[in-house]
Formats: sequence, structure tokens, C-alpha cells
Amino acid sequence: MVDPIKVYPAKPSKVYFYGTCLVDMFFPDAGMAGIQLLEREGIEVIYPEDQTCCGQPAYTSGYHDEARAVAKAQLGLFPEDWPIVVPSGSCGGMMRKHYPALFKDTVNDVKAAEIAGRIWELTDFLVNVCHIKLDDLGEPTTVAMHTSCSARREMGVAEVGPKLLGQLKNVNLVEQVRAEECCGFGGTFAVRHPEISGAMVSEKVDTLVNTGAKEFVTTDCGCLMNIDGYAEKNHKPVTGQHILSFLWERTNGDGGKRS
Amino acid sequence: MSETEQHPAHHIDVKEFHPRARAAIHNPQIRQNFRKAMDGLMTKRKSAFEGWELETLRDLGANIRLRALANLPDLLEQLEQKLTENGIKVHWADDGDEACEIVRDICTARNAKTVIKGKSMVSEEMELNHYLEEQGIEALESDLGEYIVQLAEETPSHIIMPAIHKNTEEISQLLHDKTGTDLSHDVEYLTASARLQLREKFMNADVGVSGVNFAVAETGTLCLVENEGNGRMTTTVPPCHIAVTGIEKVVPNLEDVTALLALLTRSATGQHITTYFNMISGPRKTNELDGPEEVHVVLVDNGRSTIYQDDELLDTLRCIRCGACMNHCPVYTRVGGHAYGTTYPGPIGKILMPHMVGLDEGRHLPTASSLCGACGEVCPVKIPIPDLLVRLRQEAVDGDKLHPARVRGHGAKRGAVEAMIWKGWSWMHARPGLYRMGTGLGARFRKLQPGKLGGWTQYRTAPKLAAKTLHERMKERNQ
Repeated sequence: MVDPIKVYPAKPSKVYFYGTCLVDMFFPDAGMAGIQLLEREGIEVIYPEDQTCCGQPAYTSGYHDEARAVAKAQLGLFPEDWPIVVPSGSCGGMMRKHYPALFKDTVNDVKAAEIAGRIWELTDFLVNVCHIKLDDLGEPTTVAMHTSCSARREMGVAEVGPKLLGQLKNVNLVEQVRAEECCGFGGTFAVRHPEISGAMVSEKVDTLVNTGAKEFVTTDCGCLMNIDGYAEKNHKPVTGQHILSFLWERTNGDGGKRS
Repeated sequence: MSETEQHPAHHIDVKEFHPRARAAIHNPQIRQNFRKAMDGLMTKRKSAFEGWELETLRDLGANIRLRALANLPDLLEQLEQKLTENGIKVHWADDGDEACEIVRDICTARNAKTVIKGKSMVSEEMELNHYLEEQGIEALESDLGEYIVQLAEETPSHIIMPAIHKNTEEISQLLHDKTGTDLSHDVEYLTASARLQLREKFMNADVGVSGVNFAVAETGTLCLVENEGNGRMTTTVPPCHIAVTGIEKVVPNLEDVTALLALLTRSATGQHITTYFNMISGPRKTNELDGPEEVHVVLVDNGRSTIYQDDELLDTLRCIRCGACMNHCPVYTRVGGHAYGTTYPGPIGKILMPHMVGLDEGRHLPTASSLCGACGEVCPVKIPIPDLLVRLRQEAVDGDKLHPARVRGHGAKRGAVEAMIWKGWSWMHARPGLYRMGTGLGARFRKLQPGKLGGWTQYRTAPKLAAKTLHERMKERNQ
């Protein structure tokens, strides 16, 4: 199967914001930052109240009936034809790439495919649809970036994050060795195979520390919880932030303070 | 020495993946050997494809394999006919045991006592060496890596580089212990000493056994890709050559080989071309000076035709065995090839072996992946490995009523407790009001959040629930 070519829409007046369950519960600041970045671009952001989870955890665990029930509850949230932006490559990948397969042979197949075609990873949307211009107001700093595997390989947005960071004049972006290697999160993988996942994240943290950067940013909350959680527990001198929080803080006039 | 120690390969329990993986992770030598080797292979592959339109070439490779598989039954008939016309005897084997018996019968008919082997993963599937030994026939591996693995009484840890788990020091020690060579870190010396041992065996072997990389239906040609020349020796010096191959290795036309070969060598070892490329088209003809008197090919099914029945799983059979998926796999790099306990390790093993050993035995294989997608990204024939892993996870827990599981041993991983958890999770997340209430309560009582979360907090701190959910903040904002 050949991946469909990505055709970016014209900049719309309104978008749906699909926050994802991890952002909702653990990183609402990243969600708010994303919403505010979009609003600053003159886009009205609609946040469907009934959104819960894309269904990915059950899907990748093999429980497709359970995943489908949850995913089905999301299908009715986007009645207008506005783009749906997601602050996550992983959940975005689930909705864009796997919804059509999940709803194949069901009455919702057409709807799922239609919605899948409107899913955009938020940083990709900011760069390639909004053509965002960032004005860096923060102090000079050095950061590394970890692009999630789904952002890189399912959503094809690996080049987008560095482009955004490149616009920030006081940010020195450094690249870690084996930047494209998985951090070891993988959802339930981290719990089913803790030693393997632990070995992966420990090497990821080492490569980040070796860049000399004290902070890193990432497109996905799963990787963030994994890498940051490992660094914290093992007292490694690097902390992480969602890229959206980082971008908002440096450009909103608060002088780069964390909210 | 006990039977277990003598033949560890035949007593490996696939189910014991976890303890073996754990042992490998805590073995610094193994970790270092694999990391170093895989880093090198990834770099080599990347540079070998520089200047090529890689995506176009991968599309071409995928299409060639898809076209071959679409016509597999017809192509196999054509292949049999053409091979027979070329004077090659064709045998069909339903499984590894039957394939072993065919090889034994050929040996018996020739009164053969010694077999020299070129590298063949299908022969590993068959556990041919072990079988022949039991029949009183000596089988010696002639690929250097396979030779090392055989001396060490191990199994290959990689499908292209069987002894990649060993470094030079370990190999030097092994050759010293088993064959009496001097201890040396000089790779040239070690290789030369192994060659010396093998050369005599080649001259005296009764039968040569090899694998096949591509079997061309239109011409009845068996293609063999190798670097050491041992493949050519195996297939030309002994008076009888037996090629063993999976039934999926057939391609329609000779020109198909060009693209697949370009993809195979670059993906596997980062080589533009291997040192040897053999095209075998029959036994020695009347006026020819060398070549075997007899050539046989054993076409082995061993679960492949069952995979073939399923439109999605069928993609597994596209594989041209380059090993790029394992070279790029962050899990394989950490645990090494032996942890899997399977003939084929790494990503391709995780999607292939469940069909060979059953999902009951191989239930942990599809879960041992973060679904990072590196394997699918480098696969030269674009096998959607992550999608197939998810499919097998579904099969392992009987997780989809719309698409009932069909792989042997399906449902073996379904546990009552886990199934109940997912049912509850699904019930809550399909009810937005309930979800908001639950997550809202979580935020309110976040101080009561447990600090220990099983395997997660073994290595990391627990994720911290926010004081207010995004739902709550948006609700406040919109008021």
C-alpha cells in the first residue's frame, strides 16, 4: 500500500482541536499552548467537549472491539468540514492512519476515512498550513529535540519541529546521536517489557545529556513522560517539555517563564 | 556434556522470551557487540543508497514481490517445469521434517556420509544439521559465521550475520579451543585458518546443501547471493547439490532479480554488490568440466501456504531476508538474536515465527515491539511490519469480533483480567460524561495517585496528574 500524498489545506478560519487523553490529564498546559498558538494565527479553535481518547491503547494491545467502541464515540465530534488538529503524532497517526482500517467493513467506514483525511499534527499544521512566524522573546538557551516515532514515520513531520525551533533566534538546537531511534515508550510496551523499554530510554537520556542541552522538547506526551520520568528518577541533568508549551512560552511575552 | 548442552537450539522454549531478553540486557558484552554492529550496518546501508531514488526502488521491489505472490501457485508450477527441463530434480516438502527426510533420502541413495553447507536459513528452520547428525551424516557449515556458530554449538543470532553476537576476541578463543588455531586478533589470520579447515572438507564432501535467494520461474534459475565463495564451492565442488528454499522465493522473470538484488545487498550489508552472485541452471552438462552431477531443489512450505490464505498476513511472504529490519530494530539491538528463541529473530521473526510455532508458543513475540516503525521504514519490499504486529496482537487475544482470528494458537494470550480491564476502559472512554467525571476526580485527588506503577516506575517516576484537566480549563474559559 502506498501512503497517500499529503495535501495541505488553505489556512481555515476554524479548526477542531483534539486534545488527546494524555494532554487532557497530564499536560493540559501543552494543550492550552497549542490552542493559544492557533488563536494567535487568527484561527477560531473549537474544542469538542465530548472528546475522550482516540482508542490507540486498546488498538495496539490487540483489543480492537474495545478500541473501536471508543473511536466510534469520537467520530461524531467533527460535523463541519474543518481540519482536526492534534498535539500528538501518535494519536494523530492513530486517527489518520489506523481509523480507516479499524472501521473497515463497518457502517462507519466512509465517515472514518473522511475524518482521517482531516487529521493534522499540530506543529505540521502551524508550519505548513498557518505558515507561522515566531518572534523569540526568551533568554538564550540550548535545546535538543526528540521527535516521536509516530510523528516521524506515521505523520511524516520530522522536519517540522526543527523548522519551528529554527525560527527562535535565542534557541540553539542541538542534535543527539541516533536522534531517529525510539525512546522506548511504545504505550503498553513500556509495562509489558520494562527491561527492554528501560534499556532504550536510558540510552536515549544519555544521548540527550551528551548534547550538553539542559532541556529537550518533544511532539508527544508519551515520549515526554518516558524520557523525562527516567531522567527525573535517575537524577539526569535534562528536563523535557512539550514543544507547544516551549514555543508558546518563548513567544507570548511572558519572558520565557514556565506557566 | 548433557544433551541439552550439546544441542541448545533444540531445547529453546520460545515462551521464555522475557528471561532471555533480561539476561541479554544485563550482559554488557552482548549489548556492546550488537550496538556496535548494528550502528555500523545502519551507516553502511544509508551510504549504499546515497544517490538512489530509494522510495522508487522500494516501490519497485514491493511490486515485484506482490506480483510474484499474486501468481504464486502458477509460478511454482512454471518453476517446477523449467527446473525439470533444466535437469534439476524438484521435491516438495510440507514441513521441516519432510524436507529433512528428502535430503536424507538423496544422501542415502548416493551413500553420502558428509555434507557441506552454504548458508541457508530454511535449513535452520528444518534443523537439518541436527537431523543429519542423528542419521550418521556429518553436516559442516562453510559460511564463516555459520561455521563459528556451529563450533560454538549455538544457533545464528542474525539471519545474514549468524555470529554477529560474538566479537573478535570471543571468536579467536573459540577457534583456539575447537580447532587449535593460535589466539589472535588478526581477522585475516583467523579467516585464513578457518578457510584451511574448510577447503579440505569441500574437496571431500559427498553433498553440498545451499539455500536460494531468488528462484526464477521463466528460466528455472536458482540465484544465490554470497560473499565468501563458499556458496559457489558448495554448489559446484561436491558431486551432488541440494538447494533448499521456501516456496515464496519464486519471482516471475529474470529481470525481476535486478531490482531485488540491488535492494537486497544494499539493505543487508550496505554493499553495492556481493563478491559472488551465483545463477544455477542445472547439473554439469556433457561437455562441461565442472559442476555437480545431480542438482535437487526442495521447495519447503512449513506454514507458508497457510499465511498465503490471508490477504493481510500474505505481506509477510514478501520478505527477501535482508535483515535490515533487525539491523534497525531498537529491541533487537538491545536483546540480540538469541533472546527470541526463534529461527528468525527481530521484526521479521516476530511476524513470521508465530505462523511456524503457533501463537500459543510465540505469544510474546508480537508484543516485544514499541511499534516504532523503523523496520517498516527500511524494509526494501515495504512489508508493513508494524501493522502485521498489531494484527498478530489482535489474534493473540482474540480481540476483534469483526475479523475473527485465524492464526494457529490464536487467543492464547487472552487473560480474563486484562480483557476485563480493556472492557472497563472502553466502557468509560466511550461515555464522555463518565470520562470527564473520572478524569476530573483524578485531578482533584491527584495527591492520592500511587507512586509505584509496576514496570513503569521501575525505571521512571510516575506521570503526574495535572491540577485541572484540559477539559476543565476549556470549560472555564468558555464560560
